[in-house]
Amino acid sequence: MSKTGNILLCGVGGQGILLASEIASSVLIKAGFDVKKSEVHGMAQRGGSVVAHLRYGKKVYSPLIEFGSADIAVSFELLESLRYLPYYRKETKVVVNTQKILPAPVSTGVDTYPADVLEQLKSRGLEVFPIDAFNIAKSVGETRAVNMVLVGAMSVFLSVDEKIFLEVVDERVPEKVRQVNRQAFLKGREIIEAMRPAIKGGKVQP
Amino acid sequence: MKKKRSHPDIKGSLLLSGNEALALGAFEAGVKVASAYPGTPSTEILETLCSYEGVYAEWAPNEKVALEVALGASFGGVRALATMKHVGLNVAADPLFTAAYTGVRGGLVIVTADDPEMHSSQNEQDNRNYAYAAKVPMLEPADASEAKEFLKIGYRISEEFDTPLLLRTTTRVAHVKGMVTAGAKEVPATVPGIEKMPEKFVMLPSNARKRRVELEKRMMKLREFAEAFPENRIEWGDKKRGFITSGISYLYVKEAFPEASVLKLGMVHPLPERMIKGFASEIDELYVVEELDPFIEMHIKAMGVDCRGKDVIPAIGELNAEIVRRSITGKKGGQVFEPVQIPMRPPNLCPGCPHRGIFYAISKLGAFVAGDIGCYTLAALKPLSAMDSCVCMGASIGTAFGMEKAIGKESLGKIVAVIGDSTFMHSGITGMVEVVYNRGFTTVVILDNRTTGMTGHQPNPATGSTLSGEISATVDIEALCRAIGVKHVRTVNPHNIEETEKVLKEEIERPEPSVIITKAPCVLLPEMKKRKDKRLYTIIASKCTGCKSCLKLGCPAIEWVPLAAEEAKKLGYKEKQKGYSRINPVLCDGCGQCAPLCRFKAIVISGGDNE
Repeated sequence: MSKTGNILLCGVGGQGILLASEIASSVLIKAGFDVKKSEVHGMAQRGGSVVAHLRYGKKVYSPLIEFGSADIAVSFELLESLRYLPYYRKETKVVVNTQKILPAPVSTGVDTYPADVLEQLKSRGLEVFPIDAFNIAKSVGETRAVNMVLVGAMSVFLSVDEKIFLEVVDERVPEKVRQVNRQAFLKGREIIEAMRPAIKGGKVQP
Repeated sequence: MKKKRSHPDIKGSLLLSGNEALALGAFEAGVKVASAYPGTPSTEILETLCSYEGVYAEWAPNEKVALEVALGASFGGVRALATMKHVGLNVAADPLFTAAYTGVRGGLVIVTADDPEMHSSQNEQDNRNYAYAAKVPMLEPADASEAKEFLKIGYRISEEFDTPLLLRTTTRVAHVKGMVTAGAKEVPATVPGIEKMPEKFVMLPSNARKRRVELEKRMMKLREFAEAFPENRIEWGDKKRGFITSGISYLYVKEAFPEASVLKLGMVHPLPERMIKGFASEIDELYVVEELDPFIEMHIKAMGVDCRGKDVIPAIGELNAEIVRRSITGKKGGQVFEPVQIPMRPPNLCPGCPHRGIFYAISKLGAFVAGDIGCYTLAALKPLSAMDSCVCMGASIGTAFGMEKAIGKESLGKIVAVIGDSTFMHSGITGMVEVVYNRGFTTVVILDNRTTGMTGHQPNPATGSTLSGEISATVDIEALCRAIGVKHVRTVNPHNIEETEKVLKEEIERPEPSVIITKAPCVLLPEMKKRKDKRLYTIIASKCTGCKSCLKLGCPAIEWVPLAAEEAKKLGYKEKQKGYSRINPVLCDGCGQCAPLCRFKAIVISGGDNE
């Protein structure tokens, strides 16, 4: 049986994680894979921690990623990259948006935001790809395109043609913000590509 | 009115959630009338269905009404659908149990969306028990593709056997997206029109006794049907270990034990006894894998079939492939990293949420707050900590009144009921009648934010528009409360905390029933997001003394910046000052609730005269 690919996307409600996972799913379908994507709506969305599981392969059964089996993790917020550690394995490629969104216990002064998030990930031997997606999105002229920067970043690890990604972005995004979103995608992709010499094991093949 | 989609627009393979697939299934089955009350994880079914041509889809005030509307549509000869979350079926249980007696004319399917793990619910009841208790057949799809097909099959079964049918999903079926292939649109056999059938539709005892017999005959026939139903199927593999399973659990079993033999039940009530016994006889070690209650296990054991189930598989929460594998083989999964201690990120009321103002005011009363179901249940969390009970939709008023009767006059000024506008429409009105009729003095706060917030902004009878976007009559909550007999009804702006506190104090002390309506729209409504007159607030850093008064609101836009001793001095603060507050301009919504809380007048309008 061929292996099923596992992509975990996490962050904070309202960051556009669902749209990003939707785009990644559509891309993988166009590339000929069976896809299942799990997300949770309702109470979990009011500024709380949000996670989406995306699994793809020849035939996908369970929609949920098991502990210790994520191939790619994309964290839309710095701290959230630590919350889902049990899903990671040594080889997980961890893309981290370095943007901080303070959780309530921190903003009310009850708890403190850890200062060494990236170090904690690296000290476990994980391959970490930090990216300042908020400022990149800002530089292309649309702070709401953070999710597209991260889709671009993640795309480097998937053996799917860049063209397919751009096709799906065009389909999914309204015309007036299409150009900005394309730019955001390409910028995210370019930055992670530049880290390529550091990438061990290359692309993820299910 | 929203734009409608017609059938030729939908073709090929689509990536759909279980809920979207159910909507497509309803459309393809030729459903004419669909009614629901929003509830996670069921809401998107009707939200999607209302965009299809030729279907009437609506939000009813509650699930009981929704099922009655669907049943009426069925009596009128068309295929009808009612959808709800698991606890919604408790509300609709009354019509369900007797609809099983009347049967149908047009096909009738009720979708119950259960929420194991309680992602967004107050309990995790297993609604398969309702199928058994109400004596109606139940189908249970495993993914989006099956959800669509099972719904269509459900209508055929409903019409062939003259019965309402339950279709059960769970969160991981409702909200998981998978591949679905659009199919042909069916033309139902029945035609709309009035047909009087009193012996079938009038459940007087004399008629009901006859229908009761029909009901048992129907169940006998359905048991026979289940034996040959193609969606009850055996996938033979290794016979050393075999599984009987259904719904999402089937996918976990396939993932964990791809080589094993599996009996997958598409219909979980009634069960195919001969098929189960035949399967069991070929298997050395038989397991039943199901989430929550031992429903299949119990019924199989009653057939005299020996199996294992809840002795190893957890009865609490969701399953997954790893849990199933570990429960049966004892082998640990592939977890490499232990979780680390990091700050929690609980959900919170949004910046600018009008609920924050009223709950801040309530928190200062020190009263017992009988709460209800909605976004505002989040006010129970720190730092507001302003809710002391929350049971079910509409329970706030009755429970507050009951406490009042238990404690007597001493409770005056010490208990307050809080309920949202949509929840009040759902099942709060009868509680209000109770208070007035039985001479209580309960104070009820109705949080009118013009929408059903938590489930994603569905209009309700007090909003003034319908599911499909038509303008409609608006229930006047103030006039409604007066008509019930409440003499003291006051409306306040919850963003004005001082005024709100004053009104609250006056009304809670009143020895008569009173209602306070807090009126301010949800900030996530499109008209609120688009508003141009928004003026953001800022904190003049030099004026902040670090007293933390503003932090008591728990607004995500107000952030605490801790200071080291030397740092405080360097920045011109008193040496002992531990930190200061600032407002994140990206998050601030300009509600202004925080400004009057600052005794040092450090919170001002950004760019205003005082900055």
